[in-house]
Amino acid sequence: MTQQSPLRFQASFALSAGLLVGLSGCSVKSTEMSNQAQAATKKSGSSPGVASDVSLKGTVEADGSSTVYPITQAVAEEFTKLHPAVAVRVNISGTGGGFKRFKEGDLDICDASRPILEDERAACIKNKVSFIELPIGIDGISVVVNAKNTWCECLTVDQLKKLWEPGSTFKTWNDLDPSYPNEKIVLYGPDTDSGTFDYFTEVICGKKGKSRTDYTPNSNDNVLIQGVQGNAGALGYFGYAYYVLNKDTLRALKVAPGNDKTAGIAPTDETILSGKYAPLSRPLFLYVNKRSLGRPEIISFLRFYLERGPSLVKEVHYIPLPDSGNKAFTYKVSRDRLQSGIDD
Amino acid sequence: MGPANAQIDLKRRFSLMRAHELTIRFVLLGCALASVLTTAGIIYVLVTEALIAIPPDKAFFQEVSPREFFTATQWTPQYEDKHFGILPLVTGTFLVAGIAAAIGLPIGLAGSVYLSEYASRRTRTIVLPILEILAGIPTVVYGYFALVFVTPYVLRPIFQGLFGFEVNVFNAASAGIVVAIMIIPIVTSLSEDALRSVPHALREAAYALGATKYQVSAKVVVPAALSGILASFLLALSRAVGETMAVAIAAGQSPTLTLNPFQSVETMTAFIVNVSFGDKPHGSIDWKALFAVAMTLFLMTLTMNIVSQLIMRRFREVYQ
Amino acid sequence: MSATVSESRAAPSESMRDLLHVRRRSTRSRWTEKGFEWIGAGSTWFGLGVLIVLLLGVLWQGAGWLTWSFLTNYDSRHPENAGVLAGLWGSFWLVSLATSVAVPVGVGAAIFLEEIQKKGWLRTLIEINLANLAGVPSIVYGILGMAVFVKMFGAFGHDPKLLEVSLYFTTIEIPLPFGRTVLSGALTLALLILPIVIVASREALRAIPGSIRHASYALGASHWQTIRHVVLPVAVPGILTGVILAVARAVGETAPLLMIGAAVFLARTPGGIETPSDIVRHPHGLVEAPFDHFTALPIQIYNWVSRPEPEYKHVAAAAIIVLLAVLQLFNIAASVARSRTRQRARW
Repeated sequence: MTQQSPLRFQASFALSAGLLVGLSGCSVKSTEMSNQAQAATKKSGSSPGVASDVSLKGTVEADGSSTVYPITQAVAEEFTKLHPAVAVRVNISGTGGGFKRFKEGDLDICDASRPILEDERAACIKNKVSFIELPIGIDGISVVVNAKNTWCECLTVDQLKKLWEPGSTFKTWNDLDPSYPNEKIVLYGPDTDSGTFDYFTEVICGKKGKSRTDYTPNSNDNVLIQGVQGNAGALGYFGYAYYVLNKDTLRALKVAPGNDKTAGIAPTDETILSGKYAPLSRPLFLYVNKRSLGRPEIISFLRFYLERGPSLVKEVHYIPLPDSGNKAFTYKVSRDRLQSGIDD
Repeated sequence: MGPANAQIDLKRRFSLMRAHELTIRFVLLGCALASVLTTAGIIYVLVTEALIAIPPDKAFFQEVSPREFFTATQWTPQYEDKHFGILPLVTGTFLVAGIAAAIGLPIGLAGSVYLSEYASRRTRTIVLPILEILAGIPTVVYGYFALVFVTPYVLRPIFQGLFGFEVNVFNAASAGIVVAIMIIPIVTSLSEDALRSVPHALREAAYALGATKYQVSAKVVVPAALSGILASFLLALSRAVGETMAVAIAAGQSPTLTLNPFQSVETMTAFIVNVSFGDKPHGSIDWKALFAVAMTLFLMTLTMNIVSQLIMRRFREVYQ
Repeated sequence: MSATVSESRAAPSESMRDLLHVRRRSTRSRWTEKGFEWIGAGSTWFGLGVLIVLLLGVLWQGAGWLTWSFLTNYDSRHPENAGVLAGLWGSFWLVSLATSVAVPVGVGAAIFLEEIQKKGWLRTLIEINLANLAGVPSIVYGILGMAVFVKMFGAFGHDPKLLEVSLYFTTIEIPLPFGRTVLSGALTLALLILPIVIVASREALRAIPGSIRHASYALGASHWQTIRHVVLPVAVPGILTGVILAVARAVGETAPLLMIGAAVFLARTPGGIETPSDIVRHPHGLVEAPFDHFTALPIQIYNWVSRPEPEYKHVAAAAIIVLLAVLQLFNIAASVARSRTRQRARW
């Protein structure tokens, strides 16, 4: 052993020992200080304030529908450019998954691809979570097949029902229509936490949650798309935007109400907005915890959402709400609701 | 300063020093106990959420019978028609781990025999660091590799193109293959250790009896190191069973009871990571199901580890 | 892994080998001989082959996307604008905090086991415990971290509290429970790498011969003085190697972080520190960072891998290149530390 080496390492050890001492000293200090300076525990965000663009801080916690995710992500991305000190977390756990957290008061914003359900509303009331509902766009659930699928153009609601209802025995395309080849159908669909699942099962199978279970479920539409892209005989359903983004590898089927194959309508911007793409067109929502409205970063995030909403909704390939008309789903409705929510 | 004073001073310094030494001792004891606390924490968390909860709450097994959990064949905790049969997850796990073992264990073992009995010193100095790099690659990278390369460029052309199997994008085989790549370094380096600690006298005795190199390696050295090799196999298996990211990405997320390697399956780890990704609220049945699955997983890997340690211990006694 | 790749032991004597080669056998058994060797060699080089394919594949997919702006951009809905800034800083904070917790504790535990409590039930208990912890799947650590740090067993109910601690120079706001913050992630990672640090440190301490301890005692040094001034300094390079490997493990660890802090989208670095100069400009960020939300490099990779658009495959590959480059830096550092140990280990 040379003479120098222990010295050098002594120094580095002294450093780490110093760190230890420093840490312990610090914790002692902090308890002393907490005695002196009344370490106050407070409810996060009890003081409402006015948004200030430069020094706006804080967090926005959004979760829920993967259908709505592209919109919220786009808004978050643009919003964070203007307010870099605000951390906007956007997650995907499905509308139902989002509401599970929302009703616990765990979320500021719940992305939803269906209106809140009665039991969810009841749970919110029980937990003293009050909220406002903001419509933000329109989606048409797209029934999608692999681009290699050349045989199927259109499915009727009846066919979809027979394919997706619980206990369905349909295993091949041939089962759907004798003219189709004897190719195995690999099914991809949203999982039970998804609002798309709830909506689809309600209008196709007749009751919310009624579905066969031997398909590949996921709350993240991206995973479903990878599945449909990867299997020639695949069929799946998810939000319109995801279909548009992957048009090269996927094909959306026409959907015909009832049993009339000739009446099939393909999902397009026009057919969805006009409601012609029935019964799978539906509004998308944000649900906002009213308590969060006390926080300036939430207010300014939501204002930004509703201002930039129309263009961003379009950019991510959903259909923006109209700004006029007799519908309950217009931007005006959303803005009014946000305004009254703040005034409360 | 008088001599008496000096003595008192010395005494005080001595007792100060003792106090100092004792304090340090306790701090160090605390450090050592941190790891015990970790285990205790894991067990506490798993037990209170899965087995027995503190009264107002209910644990998973107080709501779902263990009989259903271990024998039912459907895993649909989120559907209206709830089933809590862990079998599909267990078979998914074993399917992936089995494929990994079938590929990884023989390759790892053959590599270790080659490295310890045949390879030159130079080969070893090249190969061992490469294995270390392989062992250090994050598993999320292996998942990417399985999804982007193994399925489209290896499995699809061979098994779908040539043999006509239907290969799902997400399949157990691609996950199994990358997990095999992950466990090869573990098997190779641990088995190589075991092989090389076989005393040279044994080899020399065999050579003296006219055995060939193959005979010495396969019939003398490998059997002599068998317990060490078995231990490395078990460790590798436990790693394969506990592997998360590669299987979550590549094996898919459909809990189906199947042994078809080209089908999409869901492993226990993939279920845990998928459920938690959605930030499940504390206390819901989904949240508890996660702990029940985690406990099953923990017990499985723990058993493998303990058995492997017992074998290792025996093996150490033999050659020391 | 480092622990398992042992130093080379004495090879069979050369004369023995020569004897072997002289031996002639029947053709059939010669085929077995050759075949066996070829299988072995093939299996050995299989690893190398895979590594090359993997690296080439990733480079081919990702190299074109690896630009400077990739390192300085946040995630984006436009793949060409996506970047790893948030992940890089997130990983940096996670790993630094995890290391600064795990290393002192781990080295302390190693000293306790090797220098203080050399036998007894307590030591046996800790040893068995360590051996088992090393085999616990990382996702189980994620569950532990989730329950203990993120939710704190749900003890704070629906109302998260904010504990304000004022120091002389600043005020720290600690959320209770910790929630999905850097701190929760780092503490979980610390628990995960603790066994690795302990095992490596123990090996480093064990490699030091007893004689130098005795020499120190003979000079009148106390137990702790001996450990502190004689044993530890010599063990530092060995400990360092283990620490670096533990850090490398922490950098690549994904599953527990997914459980603790995964957000699919987050465009923010902990404490708002985006460049090293921000630390000077905005020192308060250092205090805020541990309590900020985070994403990490492997989490971003996972998110991009799960995107269906083919462009994101390239983005993921580019991020993998960044991650592997970071890991390679650690590997080089570890081998430097190791070679220094070898030079030093002459008594």
